[in-house]
Amino acid sequence: MKELEYPFDSEYIIKKRKSIKRTLLSDGSSRLKKKIAVFGGSTTNDIVVYLDLFLLHHGIEAEFYQSEYAQYWQDAMFPSDELLSFAPDIVFIHTTNRNISTYPDTSMSRDDVDALLENEYLKFEQMWQKISDTYHCPIIQNNFEMPFYRIMGNKDCSDYRGHSNFLTRLNTKFYDYADRTEGFYINDINFISASYGLKAWSDPSYWNMYKYAMCVDAIPEFSSNLANIIKSVFGKNKKALALDLDNTLWGGVVGDDGVDGIQIGQETGVSQSYYEFQSYIKSLKSLGVILTVCSKNDHENAIAGLNHPEGALKPDDFIIIKANWENKDRNIAETAAELNILPDAIVFVDDNPAERAIVQAQLPGVNAPVMDSVENYITTIDRNGYFEVTNFSEDDLKRNEMYKANAQRAAQQATFTDYKDYLLSLDMTAVIDDFLPVYLQRITQLSNKSNQFNVTTKRYTATEMEAVFESNDYIRLYGKLVDKFGDNGVVSVVIGKKDGTVLNMELWLMSCRVLKRDMELAMLDRLVERCREQGIKTIKGYYYPTAKNNMVKELYGFFGFDKISEDESGNTVWQLEVDSYKNRNQVIKVEDNSSIQ
Amino acid sequence: MDTKTIYARLNKVFRDVFDDDSITVNPKTTADDIDDWDSLEHITLINAVEKEFKMKFKMGEISSMKNVGEMAQIIAARAKG
Repeated sequence: MKELEYPFDSEYIIKKRKSIKRTLLSDGSSRLKKKIAVFGGSTTNDIVVYLDLFLLHHGIEAEFYQSEYAQYWQDAMFPSDELLSFAPDIVFIHTTNRNISTYPDTSMSRDDVDALLENEYLKFEQMWQKISDTYHCPIIQNNFEMPFYRIMGNKDCSDYRGHSNFLTRLNTKFYDYADRTEGFYINDINFISASYGLKAWSDPSYWNMYKYAMCVDAIPEFSSNLANIIKSVFGKNKKALALDLDNTLWGGVVGDDGVDGIQIGQETGVSQSYYEFQSYIKSLKSLGVILTVCSKNDHENAIAGLNHPEGALKPDDFIIIKANWENKDRNIAETAAELNILPDAIVFVDDNPAERAIVQAQLPGVNAPVMDSVENYITTIDRNGYFEVTNFSEDDLKRNEMYKANAQRAAQQATFTDYKDYLLSLDMTAVIDDFLPVYLQRITQLSNKSNQFNVTTKRYTATEMEAVFESNDYIRLYGKLVDKFGDNGVVSVVIGKKDGTVLNMELWLMSCRVLKRDMELAMLDRLVERCREQGIKTIKGYYYPTAKNNMVKELYGFFGFDKISEDESGNTVWQLEVDSYKNRNQVIKVEDNSSIQ
Repeated sequence: MDTKTIYARLNKVFRDVFDDDSITVNPKTTADDIDDWDSLEHITLINAVEKEFKMKFKMGEISSMKNVGEMAQIIAARAKG
């Protein structure tokens, strides 16, 4: 919803919160259902109200538990039956500098303050451990915003007795914990409060009257920032940027002004602003964001502009360059198809409001933020949190290379008339075997973001996946595929739960980047092999339709399973007798874990 | 600003905040008259009224206002637009 995209109007959101919620709930979209426990050190009601809106906007329908006023520690350490049966999917701890038990005072020695700091920290660490042990779910913890006054003036930040100094040191300890703990995330209110304006943020009347740790006007920004972490954890990040060129990546129109006439580089304030934006986009690429161009231009002009010697981005940085005179919605739809991603994983960046409006009308899932003036471009993309980093895997680092290799494969495919010959020419080798700890993070990430080639769309938190990994009740397979153009990484995950001589499939997913490579058949071969070894006679497959997984509706049929039931919502159950199965894969060489250990 | 304008604008704010177009406020309206008007919604309401009239209530006033009439009097004295 446009009203909830940055730069949003907090005043409007506050006033219209009820009708906004009504509109979101009635838009007919299907959403992930998640349970969120909010442990507050101050009033959390409005935080939850706006968090709810932003999450609905991101495709997550949340149910909330809120602790009684300021009972965060008690709730965490001594959970009630209500809380235990609520079984949160994520816990958010809303503490602020109002919740510090004891601040240093000027009579304290350095050792006293160190001990105080350790005490304050341990109170939190103990709580995080307890939450993690009890609920096995991700935890989001606020860091501390700076105090709104400074007893020691400027020295407050550097003197060990200063409150600002104390909070800064405590924050650093939080970060160290976050850095070494999977599934633990910091909600950076130190940044958000500074960005909002600490004086307005900390207006003490809101604490004194309502026990809100920030002014009410700031709560939508707070909640939007928090929602970005949650939606990222649950796999709702965007994947690609479709960038316009003229007046978006450089000032001016390359077709009219010529390459020498466009504004990019260090010459003027305007050209520096565009350069800074290009550099920002280039940094996003290094996080694994896929860059594409969507511009109304002659192709050669577009390339010439991107080759401007003063630019930070080069044609090579883009996986796909659509520079033509087609409608942009069509170009974006094609870009999505070529990348094997959904259009709603694309953010369209264009300074022209008319182009944005057409794209959004034709492809409602595509985000097209308001790009009104170059000096605001970075903030607008940044604050919308499209690419909020929560789990940063090796695969993210390599994603652009992989998509580039895909483009080369497509070029090669064009030279073959027989598809099997083409597949054989790729020299594919797969490792397909039981999970390895080193891949668990990637496996979990895949379970949370694969939408299309995913028969059950079952999502796993890191802790749930670990439980599956440690249990003897499952047959688990991951598949990693390498070919002559590059390493695709872990691209497929299969999980089945044993029940006597039956294996019930809980998950069968594959990354769309390796569609039509027969990888799914190689996975099936291995699964059947494992079933035979473990005395499984029958494999039962389940397909649950969603708006996005139609491509695997007949997957089990294609595998040779028999359909044994179908209900009115299209859920189907399939069955395969292991004995009669013959291996299907003929194009991929398959290895096991011993090949990489 | 005349009283009529104040009430017309207040009415709009109440309808937005409580998402209920049947609301019509008068000087005697209190929290008891509007179903959703609890202490939490009160915060939102005060905030929205302040924004509408570009003014701030003082801390003491927020807890001591007894009805919409008292709210309107403060607005009449302090509203900037």
